[in-house]
Amino acid sequence: MPELIAKSALAGHAPVTRLQTTLAEGSAAPITSVAPYPGRMDRVNAALAPLGLAFPAPNGQTRQGAARLIWTGRDQAFLIGAPAPDGLADHAALTDQTDGWAILTLTGPVAEATLMRPVPLDLRLGAFPPLRTVRAPLNHMQAILTRTAPDAFEIMVFRSMARTAWGELTEALEVLAARAQTA
Amino acid sequence: MRLAGKGLIDRSTPVTFTFDGRSYQGYRGDTLASALLANDVRLVGRSFKYHRPRGILTAGSEEPNAMVEILEGNQQTPNVRATVQEVFDGLQARSQNRFPSLKFDLLGINNLAAPFLSAGFYYKTFMWPRPFWEKLYEPLIRRAAGLGSLSGRHDEAQYEKAWAFCDLLVIGSGPAGLMAAWTAAQAGADVILAEEDARMGGRLVSDNLRVDGQPGADWVEALLDDLKAMPNVRLMPRTTVTGAYDDGTYGALERVGLHRAPAPHLPRECFWRIVAGQTVLAAGALERPIAFPDNDRPGIMLASALRSYLHRYGVVPGNRITLIANNDAARATARDLMAAGVKVVAILDTRPDATALEDCPVYLNAQITGTAGHLGLTAITFRHAGGTATLETDCLAMSGGWNPTVHLTCHMNGRPLWREDIAAFIPAEGAVPRLTPAGACNGTFSTAGAFRDGLAAAHTALAALGRPAPDMALPMAEDAPYTITPFWQTPGVEGRQWLDFANDVTTKDVKLSAQENFRSVEHMKRYTTQGMAPDQGKNSNVAALAVLADATGRGIPQTGTTTFRPPFVPTSIAAMGAGGRGAGFAPQRFLTSDQASRDRGAPMIEAGLWYRPSYFPKPGEKTWLEACNREVTMVRESVGVSDVSTLGKIDIQGRDAARFLDLVYTNTFSTLPVGRVRYGLMLREDGHVLDDGTTARLAEHRYLMTTTTAAAGLVMRHLDFVHQAFCADWDVRFLSVTEAWAQFAIAGPRARDLLATLLGAAPDLPFMGVTDVSLGSTPARLFRISFSGEEGYELAVPTRYGEALFRDLVARAETMGGGPYGMEALNVLRIEKGFITHAEIHGRTTAFDIGMEKMVSAKKDCIGKAAAARPGMIGPDREQLVGLRASSAMTAGAHLFTPGDKVHRETDQGYITSVCWSPTLSAHLALAFVKDGRARHGTRIRVVDHLRKIDVLAEITDPVFHDKEGAKLRA
Repeated sequence: MPELIAKSALAGHAPVTRLQTTLAEGSAAPITSVAPYPGRMDRVNAALAPLGLAFPAPNGQTRQGAARLIWTGRDQAFLIGAPAPDGLADHAALTDQTDGWAILTLTGPVAEATLMRPVPLDLRLGAFPPLRTVRAPLNHMQAILTRTAPDAFEIMVFRSMARTAWGELTEALEVLAARAQTA
Repeated sequence: MRLAGKGLIDRSTPVTFTFDGRSYQGYRGDTLASALLANDVRLVGRSFKYHRPRGILTAGSEEPNAMVEILEGNQQTPNVRATVQEVFDGLQARSQNRFPSLKFDLLGINNLAAPFLSAGFYYKTFMWPRPFWEKLYEPLIRRAAGLGSLSGRHDEAQYEKAWAFCDLLVIGSGPAGLMAAWTAAQAGADVILAEEDARMGGRLVSDNLRVDGQPGADWVEALLDDLKAMPNVRLMPRTTVTGAYDDGTYGALERVGLHRAPAPHLPRECFWRIVAGQTVLAAGALERPIAFPDNDRPGIMLASALRSYLHRYGVVPGNRITLIANNDAARATARDLMAAGVKVVAILDTRPDATALEDCPVYLNAQITGTAGHLGLTAITFRHAGGTATLETDCLAMSGGWNPTVHLTCHMNGRPLWREDIAAFIPAEGAVPRLTPAGACNGTFSTAGAFRDGLAAAHTALAALGRPAPDMALPMAEDAPYTITPFWQTPGVEGRQWLDFANDVTTKDVKLSAQENFRSVEHMKRYTTQGMAPDQGKNSNVAALAVLADATGRGIPQTGTTTFRPPFVPTSIAAMGAGGRGAGFAPQRFLTSDQASRDRGAPMIEAGLWYRPSYFPKPGEKTWLEACNREVTMVRESVGVSDVSTLGKIDIQGRDAARFLDLVYTNTFSTLPVGRVRYGLMLREDGHVLDDGTTARLAEHRYLMTTTTAAAGLVMRHLDFVHQAFCADWDVRFLSVTEAWAQFAIAGPRARDLLATLLGAAPDLPFMGVTDVSLGSTPARLFRISFSGEEGYELAVPTRYGEALFRDLVARAETMGGGPYGMEALNVLRIEKGFITHAEIHGRTTAFDIGMEKMVSAKKDCIGKAAAARPGMIGPDREQLVGLRASSAMTAGAHLFTPGDKVHRETDQGYITSVCWSPTLSAHLALAFVKDGRARHGTRIRVVDHLRKIDVLAEITDPVFHDKEGAKLRA
């Protein structure tokens, strides 16, 4: 019986740094989709309570230590960094999403400017503060975009599209670096 | 000629550039226009229609004459305005629309034929004979007329697109824009200040103005230093706001790299989408030319342009300069030139009642009746209150007053309003929501007035943003009233008076249009082509409609304007489509087995956004067909491995999951036992087939649906629609898990043996069964399903293990005489077995057509069931799925005819959807739809493909060619 070797979505892609801003592959495991059934939010929240989490409002997230619950759509949130607590499956559909997403992190002074190329949303700090999460288009891809710190973002895209996302964000960084050189 | 000590150029940085192959010197900060004028180059281009020699008219983006081609490696950019293009070391520019040279242009002969080429000439002359238009006249005319040319190569340069958000967008950085931006910035608002020019300041850096006692340019510089230091302010020079759109969104074009030598990754241009809470439009105004005979010679320029060249660039475009104007403001041109020591020959004022007190001769009630000089102005003839006169002059400055730049306020259907006192259009109130016009673009022409307007507009914007306005002092500046008496054209003289320089339209053309009854301004525009050139009529619209108003006996407000539409300046498609070339057109989706397949030399085929291996060539195989035939035989005789991860996978859970599946599928899933898989058919609401696939019951309240690759997104959307529209309160939730699992088909008589080596024991799984297995410590799912007709399994693991499992499975298969197979073989295998794909369920076929009407359960309702029972959806007239077998090749798309029938549309019996060469049956096979096809098995039909010249006879058969009883896949 073989022991299969695991490969991340962006295995072989070394981090790229331009203008002190770094694009790198991130990690987040496990990822479990939590989709409460109609009328059972109270019991979902009760089941989440031992983790110190509550079901998040749209475009938000709740977190406790390494565990966080990020809003990903109507009646849906992703539980990241902790296994689903006991009893949750009775009130919400739980689906493993760990392998479905490629995770990219973008950290540094021009992280926001880089994202303003492919993302058509207002990412100014006031409008999109840390711990805000949105479903956002990243050019033609749909992504889950989270601000993790004033100068840091986490971008989740479909795993099969990881190379395109990496390429487009790298290109945006290169363009900003070229612009800075000529300023 | 360049004046010492004048201008804002960087004299410490000389640059060398070429124009028409000749080398010239300019300075950093020069435009191509200012540098050419500094080198006494006055002739810059030829006009569109008559090939008239033309020079430089303006100092801004509205330039209609001085358009050139810029050459840069493979790039050849036509119609670049010399007044916008900045010079840099190595810049290569070339004049356009001339042959063989700018000074001697053969098509200049058009000018002599002008009496025959007036507006409407083509429409009247080239009507007959009719076929000649397309074949002869139009190509000739297009050759003779025109502007720049393209390289004929792909534009492979870098462009960029970006978004920006702000509280306040200020468009234009003259006194009004600077005041608005400064005020809002002090209030803490996020401000974007967009300026078309490379240098901010507007007329403050182009005129001899003083602000708070300082020279205007110094005052601007100090303010810009303050603004640059503020984190809430973004200055965007070289950025033209091109359009106003819904919800405070503006398009803007930034010249990022066009003013310097190319550098890696540096875009030529960036197309911005700016979303603003509030906007202050401070776009300024454009000076108007005056129409008089031969007013288009090189050396005749706008008065304000002369001041710009003098104050910005230290350049004077002549030695003996004359001014003609109908307003007081233009007098500054003469005064500034005299102060700089330049000879001003005379001031011609068209008004009888203006002052004559200047340090040079002033002629009142003056009208120019003629000009001389073939390639550049040498003299003018004019009449005035005291008689007529001729003056030797090599540069004539003209000012017919100012047109506020109202364009953006018209982009959302606003119509500008005529203001009699300034003889100009101003923006209608509220023409663009959340936009406040200020300064010259609003008809306020003094510097102090612009500051006041800018401050007031900032207050309006800040109030709307809910921010308190800071206490700001207004800078001190000139506040002269603007006095003008309109003068549109010179009456009672011979000769052509040009209105639209870029499209060669004269006052006579406009009058002819009215005479021919094209009296509406929109008709006049089309009849004469006035306003349809690259400058979009910025220099001529108001004068043209004034002439039209005169010719039709109406007032200007009654005549109205044509519609100003985006973009405000010519905008390259390359910038708007930045990033979309080649692979940038859409995301690429790669399988976990991608590298392993490429390592084996597999060519990739695009399936939606996915890249899938087409076939796996072996040494010695010369064609795809050889590889495909081998792979098919391999699956039929031993075992093949194929990556099927692209199929859509949807996790469906909840107490109503079964009920939900019964609603969306034609057949019943509530009766499916746990651990079993069932084939399902899904209809659209209109009764046609949407998709098919297998769905496994993993637990009492949990199913895993599989969709086709092509319809994965479509099915997800359909499920969402059904759920939200018809059963939102049901206890059901679903989510795509396509990306979470890598799944591989293992097919062939030795598939079970292969799995035995992997799992340690042969799987004990019935056909259409599913079970959890583990591969070492890796959890996996094993399905027994088949798309090949052989005993088949699909093994799914979490995606991160996909590549390792694929390599492992292929290695195991190869030890057993098997190996990987690609899309080509997969297609042949399924055709041999009569399995359908979206080639067959292409959106116009029903369950009846594909022979699956029995799958539409009579015991329950489902989406599409009622619509599928409508008259015409079933019966012998329908084209039904059949197989075709022939001894020579058939083509998908070929049409079918009963042998003996005439081959034409009326006798069409159906068409072919899929074809293959079957190595298993040694025959050409096809799947096809034939009228009443199921009743015609065993008969012959004629296959005709007019496009590919195919005409063969085929036998109609059951669509299942191979193993009809299914003994092999149930083995």
